[in-house]
Amino acid sequence: MAQSLDRLRESPSQTAGPYVHIGLTPNFCGIGGVYASDLGATMVNDKTKGERIGLRIRVLDGTGTPLKDALVEIWQADTDGLYNSPAERRGTADPNFSGWGRCPTETGLCTFDTIKPGRVPSRDGSLMAPHITLWIVARGINLGLHTRLYFSDEEKANAQDPILTRIEHSVRVPTLIAKRTGDIYVFDVHLQGEKETVFFDS
Amino acid sequence: MPEPGSNRTPETGAFFQRDRQWHPPAFTPGYKSSVLRSPQKALVAFDNTLSELTGPVFGHAMLGELDNDLIHNFAKPGESAIGERIIVHGRVLDERGRGVPGVLLEFWQANSGGRYRHKKDGYLAPLDPNFGGCGRTITAEDGGYAFRTVRPGPYPWPNGPNDWRPAHIHFSLFGHGFAQRLITQMYFEGDPLIWRCPIVGGISNRAAIEALIAALDMQSTIPMDALAYKFDIVLRGRRSTLFENRPEGN
Repeated sequence: MAQSLDRLRESPSQTAGPYVHIGLTPNFCGIGGVYASDLGATMVNDKTKGERIGLRIRVLDGTGTPLKDALVEIWQADTDGLYNSPAERRGTADPNFSGWGRCPTETGLCTFDTIKPGRVPSRDGSLMAPHITLWIVARGINLGLHTRLYFSDEEKANAQDPILTRIEHSVRVPTLIAKRTGDIYVFDVHLQGEKETVFFDS
Repeated sequence: MPEPGSNRTPETGAFFQRDRQWHPPAFTPGYKSSVLRSPQKALVAFDNTLSELTGPVFGHAMLGELDNDLIHNFAKPGESAIGERIIVHGRVLDERGRGVPGVLLEFWQANSGGRYRHKKDGYLAPLDPNFGGCGRTITAEDGGYAFRTVRPGPYPWPNGPNDWRPAHIHFSLFGHGFAQRLITQMYFEGDPLIWRCPIVGGISNRAAIEALIAALDMQSTIPMDALAYKFDIVLRGRRSTLFENRPEGN
């Protein structure tokens, strides 16, 4: 016997269930008076720097039916590629941009008003293409799903992105590209099936 | 920037990889909703980048006085929720056993009869007019947290013809990096429904299930007021960066 590594195990995940909104967006589901507002409902204000964009995100199951009980969270850098986080060591992010948002999919669609993120370096120093991290929970999802949203008008950066280029089946890369129309990006997350979105383990 | 009240620089190492044999897999057919909501293709793995190492952090200033008291935070003045009064407390630790300060915990639950305050819950057990079912708190320097609530009741759900969830409280946690994001459920020591539940049963390792069962803690009760349960939660730990190559200027 060798020495014990003396580590704990991560608490196992469980589904967020169908009533996740009671806890995470109570005002949205009609439980008023407990919190002044729902966390993550607003990411920008009048002073936020950068190009304003809207996201229209759907989450679809293996039959192509949109989920109406999912919760999507996004996390992204500011317009200069800095994260509004104590773990950001390269500088101070725009104080008027939270970088984090949360939206239920009750209508089958969730929307975010945000800004287009700047580029962030990967671990080897090369720049990643602009992207937004998505975290998706719902009834039937046992462990939150992690994916990324990239932008259809960033073809050159996308072609060199160190995460997109490591996806062996390059035919699947388009599942991570949101399509631009005006200042709106449309993004469908397919949980399962032929058009299945790439999900990450990181 | 150093963390407030600390002279050490924050850690920036990558998080330990998740043990996906320990977590429930995506496809657990006994839990029917997972059948069409589970990816069938393999996850694509990569080492954490800044996008996963960073994450939103929430300050104590955002908390209201009753945010960690579900007995009172939805009740009319002078009234309180009906049910078995309990305190839930514990610590948020990382896999290296260290308390994690500044973690936002959000929790939600059914009332003492097993009814959720949600328009999609049609269970015939009544709502409690003094119980909303949501709360939140932020861990202290040592990772400790506590809140008051009533013990939730079990409730039936449309999975098998006669499936009942054990009494449980849902927990959502933000660590220091978005990669630590976690949602789980707390169960109560001794509940015989735990071992019959298809959602719990998605976890294959018995020790992993036991890690989600809170222990009755008589030393933390308030005599003549509330019983107590202890529930520690472990988030992903992070690697030391001592020998990692970091490019200049990064």
